[in-house]
Amino acid sequence: MQNVDAIGSGIPAIPKDNYLTNGFTLKSWLLTKDHKRIAIMYLISISLFFMAGGLYASAIRLELLTPETDLLTSATYNKVFTQHGILMIFFFLIPSIPAVLGNFLLPIMIGAKDLALPRINLLSLYIYWLGGALTVYALLQGGVDTGWTFYTPYSTTFSNSYVMAVGLGIFINGFSSILTGLNFIVTIHTMRAPGMTWFRLPLFVWAQYATSLVMILGTPVIAITVLLLAIERAVGVGIFDPAIGGDPILFQHLFWFYSHPAVYIMVLPGMGVISELISNFSRKKIFGYEFIAFSSIAIAVFGFLVWGHHMFVSGQSIYAGMVFSFLTMVVAVPSAIKMFNWSATLYKGSISYDTPMLYAIGFMGLFLIGGLTGLFLGSMGLVVHLTDTYFVVSHFHYVMVGGQVIAYLGGLHYWWPKITGRMYSEFWGKISAMLVFIGFNLTFFPQFILGYMGMPRRYASYPAEFQVLNIFSTAGASVLAVGFVMPLIYLMHSLFYGKPAGDNPWMLPGLEWRTTSPPPTENFEKTPVVTWEAYEFGEESGLDLEAARTRDSVTTV
Amino acid sequence: MSDKHMETGEGHIGYPGYFGVFAILVFGTIFTYFSSFWDLDGTLFPGANTLLALAIAFFKMTCVMLFFMHVYWSPRMIWLSAVASLFWLAIMFAYTMSDYFTRSLGVFSV
Repeated sequence: MQNVDAIGSGIPAIPKDNYLTNGFTLKSWLLTKDHKRIAIMYLISISLFFMAGGLYASAIRLELLTPETDLLTSATYNKVFTQHGILMIFFFLIPSIPAVLGNFLLPIMIGAKDLALPRINLLSLYIYWLGGALTVYALLQGGVDTGWTFYTPYSTTFSNSYVMAVGLGIFINGFSSILTGLNFIVTIHTMRAPGMTWFRLPLFVWAQYATSLVMILGTPVIAITVLLLAIERAVGVGIFDPAIGGDPILFQHLFWFYSHPAVYIMVLPGMGVISELISNFSRKKIFGYEFIAFSSIAIAVFGFLVWGHHMFVSGQSIYAGMVFSFLTMVVAVPSAIKMFNWSATLYKGSISYDTPMLYAIGFMGLFLIGGLTGLFLGSMGLVVHLTDTYFVVSHFHYVMVGGQVIAYLGGLHYWWPKITGRMYSEFWGKISAMLVFIGFNLTFFPQFILGYMGMPRRYASYPAEFQVLNIFSTAGASVLAVGFVMPLIYLMHSLFYGKPAGDNPWMLPGLEWRTTSPPPTENFEKTPVVTWEAYEFGEESGLDLEAARTRDSVTTV
Repeated sequence: MSDKHMETGEGHIGYPGYFGVFAILVFGTIFTYFSSFWDLDGTLFPGANTLLALAIAFFKMTCVMLFFMHVYWSPRMIWLSAVASLFWLAIMFAYTMSDYFTRSLGVFSV
């Protein structure tokens, strides 16, 4: 049912033949080349890592409930925050939107039957599992205490934890990112349906394209850096340790050359999701399509030029620092372009506050705070006071959780009817979205104040005057945890008891809404021909405008 | 050069050619090892040893890209991507070296 006439037909039935019914054996899943099944396996995997990372976060917040070092020892605390960071960044945040939503939707959104390299896609999943398994093994054996940044010379010379094994896990996992990025770039270049020109691509696809560029250019650098670290640690070649002729700041250059752009690997796909949500739930063509598309590319490019702002107090030359500080201000421009264009899209839009849109609006507020506090940290003078305080922790959580995780949840709710063919409970969805927003702010806003007051990060104990704000933060984390657990319950519930969603429950013009829910293995019965512009809500797109106006009665559970 | 070449394998250098390139790579590695014993830093200029090692590495990398990765026979788009990636690598070196070259200048010293 991929033709235009199908839109808005409102037939709420699960098609018998779809990618989920194409084989029920374990083998049919483990050896599949279907991008949608691979995405589902990624979804399960990253959710498990998210839960594990969340447990570590809970331990951190419980420890910080009191000023004393009581629940965990200092050594254990070092391992707990390190492992929280490693699991969340390398095994959840980085693969989340590209590997789950991107894998599932990118081919469908451009009218392709699959990704260009399906076997490579499956290989990337196996590599991800291998890297993850090795890392989890190392964590269970005793873990690592270097911080997720692995700063030298502590990581190469002094730490007696499982640096090598975790480093190897991250090294292996990097290839998964590279292969996914490569696959997306080739697919977008070569597999677009007839009529799907570059400027008809959904902005989610543009964001994935920009992200993929960062993935294939940046990830090899972190892989080599971890390898150099291992060589120094194992063989004693002087690369980073000054005692044997190395330079520890070189490690920071190489590490941040990847790890700052990695922030954009995490947040750019989220921005792509938000572009979809803002336009579609405002039922209005997005404002400044080309500017948003090119701002994604600009973020990817400029993101590679600012890494030195992580090193202002490391001993880096002050002159290099001035250049990096200036470029950090520059990289804020394309992000601001997106924010202004999203706001302009909302203006006079026909906004519906469905669960995904609540997440999108939450994203705009939280990412705005995260982004603007990044400018504080890009200022060379102010950062002397703020470096390694909770201000930094709060800033990057506003970007990573307030931005990326919220966008991921918004995207997951938005495309859940397409992925599973069933609607979830809007009521519980909205409650959950609001709990996440409230819990998040209660958790992390006090940390801005704590950081500004001078509370350093990565310590298990702190002066008693900081306790009140830490209690707020821990209380907020509890609310946040409830907000995160709820979708797990009602989304699982919807798999069995949810109302059939129909092909196009939100009444939208995108290609993914012109096939069945769940889609067939080959995505479309016939290759679609695109004759309409992106986010075209007029009759040109073939939308049934009357059905769109009465959409609420179709989707409300 | 063309897609046809890519499909048929015509224009590639064949096994003897590949072994030849491999031999060049091995020779480059050995040459790098022995050149590290020459005191070029003392006789030419500081950093000359490193420069020579990097030059050999760059030559080896070019051989791998052109022949093993088939860039030589690939469309212009692939050439553009390869050159762009080198430009991107240059960014990493340039900005890192901007730190090293100016670190000894102190804070706004004359």
